[in-house]
Amino acid sequence: MIGLHADSLRVVYDGFVAADDVSFELAPGESFGIVGESGSGKSTVLRALCGLAPLAAGRVRLTGSEGLPPPGSKAFRRQVQMVFQDPYGSLHPRQTVDRLLAEPLAIHGLIDAEARIARALDEVGLGTGFRFRYPHQLSGGQRQRIAIARALILEPQVLLLDEPTSALDASVQAEVLNLLEALRAARGLSFVMVSHDLAVVTHLCQRLMVMQRGRTVETLPAADLAAQRVQADYTRQLMQASVGFRRRPAEERASAPIQSA
Amino acid sequence: MPPPNSPLLSVEDLRVAYPDREGRLTEVVRGVSFTLGRERLGIVGESGSGKSQTGRAIVGLTAPGGQVTAKRLDFKGTDLLHCDPAQRRRLRGGRVAMVLQDPKFSLNPVMRIGAQIAETLRAHQPVSARQAHKQALDALAAVQIDDPERVARLYPHEVSGGMGQRAMIAMMLIAGPELLIADEPTSALDVTVQLEVLAILDKLVVERGMGLIFISHDLRLVSSFCDRVLVMYAGRVVEQIAAVDLAQAQHPYTQGLLNCLPRIDAARHPLPTLDRQPEWAR
Repeated sequence: MIGLHADSLRVVYDGFVAADDVSFELAPGESFGIVGESGSGKSTVLRALCGLAPLAAGRVRLTGSEGLPPPGSKAFRRQVQMVFQDPYGSLHPRQTVDRLLAEPLAIHGLIDAEARIARALDEVGLGTGFRFRYPHQLSGGQRQRIAIARALILEPQVLLLDEPTSALDASVQAEVLNLLEALRAARGLSFVMVSHDLAVVTHLCQRLMVMQRGRTVETLPAADLAAQRVQADYTRQLMQASVGFRRRPAEERASAPIQSA
Repeated sequence: MPPPNSPLLSVEDLRVAYPDREGRLTEVVRGVSFTLGRERLGIVGESGSGKSQTGRAIVGLTAPGGQVTAKRLDFKGTDLLHCDPAQRRRLRGGRVAMVLQDPKFSLNPVMRIGAQIAETLRAHQPVSARQAHKQALDALAAVQIDDPERVARLYPHEVSGGMGQRAMIAMMLIAGPELLIADEPTSALDVTVQLEVLAILDKLVVERGMGLIFISHDLRLVSSFCDRVLVMYAGRVVEQIAAVDLAQAQHPYTQGLLNCLPRIDAARHPLPTLDRQPEWAR
């Protein structure tokens, strides 16, 4: 099993600091969540981990055994794979599932593509019947399974998940979350998962980090969140918001203007 | 003025069908009936359940080719199905308005926000440009935008999602509609912004006595916001229930939808999944 260590990551786009001084430790085999609103820098951190966002400062390294590849190398990319948010946008519309899955194998020069593709499809619960379909012939949940199969086909040890279920219906979300959990248990994977949904993150992750405006607000075990033992006000706000809408009493509503939750 | 309990909208046996390539009709809404008073009605369902098609049929925004039929589709005495297009157009945006899901795609990208809002008003009421502009600023202020003057001058791409959605709501409310249909108005927004937008809608329903149809896939959100919920599956209403009673829902589909959500306070591994039964779609 492989973990990951992120040390004071900083990402700057044209003078705008998207992420600043973000550090965390992903233990081998652990599942770690990053929560925040849009613009909080959570996706940026995830992209910086795998080299999709330029690091202005800080460093990323793999942990857990000797002689692990440095970031930026091909071997690193084989160990660390990513699943993107939108299964409608992340699969090439004019490539069949077979071709989508064959591409990472070709890039990394892996032999035995036939068997690997069949196995990857089996593992995500789709079966080889889906092999020669195009993305538009699949439902949202099926597409996300293909995206997971594409990430797993290289047999990585660390999976980066960027809102893997936010584009899916609740019932399909449950299926994909169960699949991710089963895969993690079977393969000893480590996850870093980004989501705006606190319930999803606490379900899948043991620890989580709350981000706001590119900075870490707090890092805490999921069990503490479930027991409402949180330090920061912002985390508390997010928790309240995730419960749903609360109507304020009529007299209060009449007198006070509506303000931010 | 009719008594507050008289229905604003009655829908009986609404059906929407689209032809496939061979011209065979597929029904996406199959016999939906309900009445709406001055209340918050939620319509919940998964993608493809026909919830948006129901909303669009009521406003008259069914995509070309789609065929809408109903035994009754009545908005305060106006037969929406058989009235002429000009009358329908006057109603739409004036007395019946619709807020769409994503402000990125539903606002005009090449028109300033203030001008778009004023345009809606002028399409329905004979007011001067100056007056329309002033009312547009008031409408922006009503949806809790701090600096209406500045926001009115901006283009849609210059504002955040939450701000865009508020502008959309301001545009829909400026003509003073009696019925507002909101199709996933908060799905593209962050949770905290979501609640602000809901609070604005809530206030408008209470203050103006407006009827609201709130279409969403988010059962948790709908149950906390609406008075009554219709649960749709495969083009039909499978259950109609008061929002407070949602936890005691009878239909296995409603129960399944509630059950498959992960909860912060109760860990369940693996999550229960929905076991769809063919007879639900009957």
